[in-house]
Amino acid sequence: MVALTDAEKAMLDGESGAATQKAMELLIRYADALGAERFVETNNVAGVPGSAPQWVKDYYKADGGDYRAVFSRFDLDSDEVVDVPRMNAFSCHLQGGMDPMLWQEQGMTEDAHANFVSDEAEVAAHGIQILKTCTPYLAGNVPVMGEHCAWMESSAVVFANSVIGARTNCEGRESTSAAMLAKRIPDWGFHTDDFRKGQHSVDVRVPVDSIFEWGMLGYFVGDAVQDTIPVISGNISEASLIRHKHFGAAAASSGGVEMYHMVGITPEAPSVEQAFGGAARGDVFIYDQAARKRIYETLNSVGTSEDVDFVMLGCPHASIEQIAQVAALIDGRKVHVNSALWVFTSRAVKATADANGYTKILRDAGAYLMTDTCSAISQAVPKGTRVAAMDSAKQTHYLPAMMGIEGWYGTTAECIDAACTGKWKGKLA
Amino acid sequence: MSTVLDKPRAILTGRGIVPGVAEGEALVTRDTISGWGGINPMSGTVIESRHELRGQSFAGKVLVFPGAKGSSGWSSIFHMSKLRGASPIAMVFNIMTTKAALGAVVMRTPTVTECDQDPLDVIRTGDWVRVDGDAGTITIWDHKPD
Repeated sequence: MVALTDAEKAMLDGESGAATQKAMELLIRYADALGAERFVETNNVAGVPGSAPQWVKDYYKADGGDYRAVFSRFDLDSDEVVDVPRMNAFSCHLQGGMDPMLWQEQGMTEDAHANFVSDEAEVAAHGIQILKTCTPYLAGNVPVMGEHCAWMESSAVVFANSVIGARTNCEGRESTSAAMLAKRIPDWGFHTDDFRKGQHSVDVRVPVDSIFEWGMLGYFVGDAVQDTIPVISGNISEASLIRHKHFGAAAASSGGVEMYHMVGITPEAPSVEQAFGGAARGDVFIYDQAARKRIYETLNSVGTSEDVDFVMLGCPHASIEQIAQVAALIDGRKVHVNSALWVFTSRAVKATADANGYTKILRDAGAYLMTDTCSAISQAVPKGTRVAAMDSAKQTHYLPAMMGIEGWYGTTAECIDAACTGKWKGKLA
Repeated sequence: MSTVLDKPRAILTGRGIVPGVAEGEALVTRDTISGWGGINPMSGTVIESRHELRGQSFAGKVLVFPGAKGSSGWSSIFHMSKLRGASPIAMVFNIMTTKAALGAVVMRTPTVTECDQDPLDVIRTGDWVRVDGDAGTITIWDHKPD
């Protein structure tokens, strides 16, 4: 049984209100399931609190069918409906269901949009920041090394643990919503030193020096180590924010990687010895030319037709550096009449893209810069899409399976070419 | 339930992490399962490309699997499958993760983990399985006892 401090007992006894009491009840059930012995305090929580499609609200019709009902019954898994106050922790809303302006282009209905507007007003009224992105660290929430967080979004979690050295498990909707009220999360997993040690080695023997290559290596690593912690060394270079972003997202999708060490690159891995921290060194996985080719073929195994009718970029949400690159690649060109190009980012980054004129360059080319969501999250693709092209291993992993379409993985430049010609010409150099 | 024919083939002991008792037909996989993007919560069907259960539904079954992977939406998608009446009635898994633990808790499906034998070796798809989340036991028959 998880041990409670006096402050936690007081919350459980209802001294901080009914909603926080319900939050503690859920967190205790969760901590006991994990086998956690105590809670850790957190003041950095990111989730998707209370937002729900209409059918979920309808399910709780007898409870009022509103934000309060969904937050109580679904998010806090409470048997009764309670009043939901402003959140106690610094709380952020991750990605949402549609672009606030371009929702009609995304194929959303008036009713769905009205529900979206209503949920967003509730989120703001409860003191939750409207970041609406899978990349909170690009939109105003950058944790520091050692900070205990409670984050959802596997790609953000792996970034926070690995690149920043913050401490978070891959939390879920219900645990983050509860943590926003109780400011507690089970002290288990990545909150503890021992859990953060490397378990297996990955030896990189081919040059991994671009976002395309980092993405493929990430997909290989996740497939190889599943949900364990890899220690990656060898021929990997040109580290940058966007490369880590694509590597981690891919590794979290093909496996369940929530933290990785890159020797000499990430903060908890100055050396191989420190990355393993005295723990047993498991298997050694070799990433060589054959492995690279196999990963490329795996990612492209759901593509047969070369007639690309949709190009999706921005998974995880594009940084301003990536949007600048897309604008440079497409400036003066036009998206082909048989194709479409949607680029996804956060509202914060789009504000910069607007100021720089990138949004207009994309629009003049027939492309859209969209915010809040992505094709996989909102199952939104242009009507009639059969074949999509992507520069994200993560999106290539999910989108074709979810939408029943074909998919291609390639470089950003290959994707822009496909958008402008309607033909896939990608190949492994 | 007490005839010789009804003698269980095996009984596993582990740690119950969600209380309650449920029994039904087992659906067993050696592939880890993604929640969001890996299953359709409306039908309980596995949709992940190349997954060995692709196209099969765990609705009303005892789901026996190595563990959870993928998106942090695991718990909420399985939670939604519960709202749709398409969730598993019980779960047995090996690898403890926040995803699987939270998903089991909010679905309130009897769940046992950390078993004394690997349930993936002992339980076969189609077996009749009783999961006792209070006692932390899993009882396995070749077919539903008469």
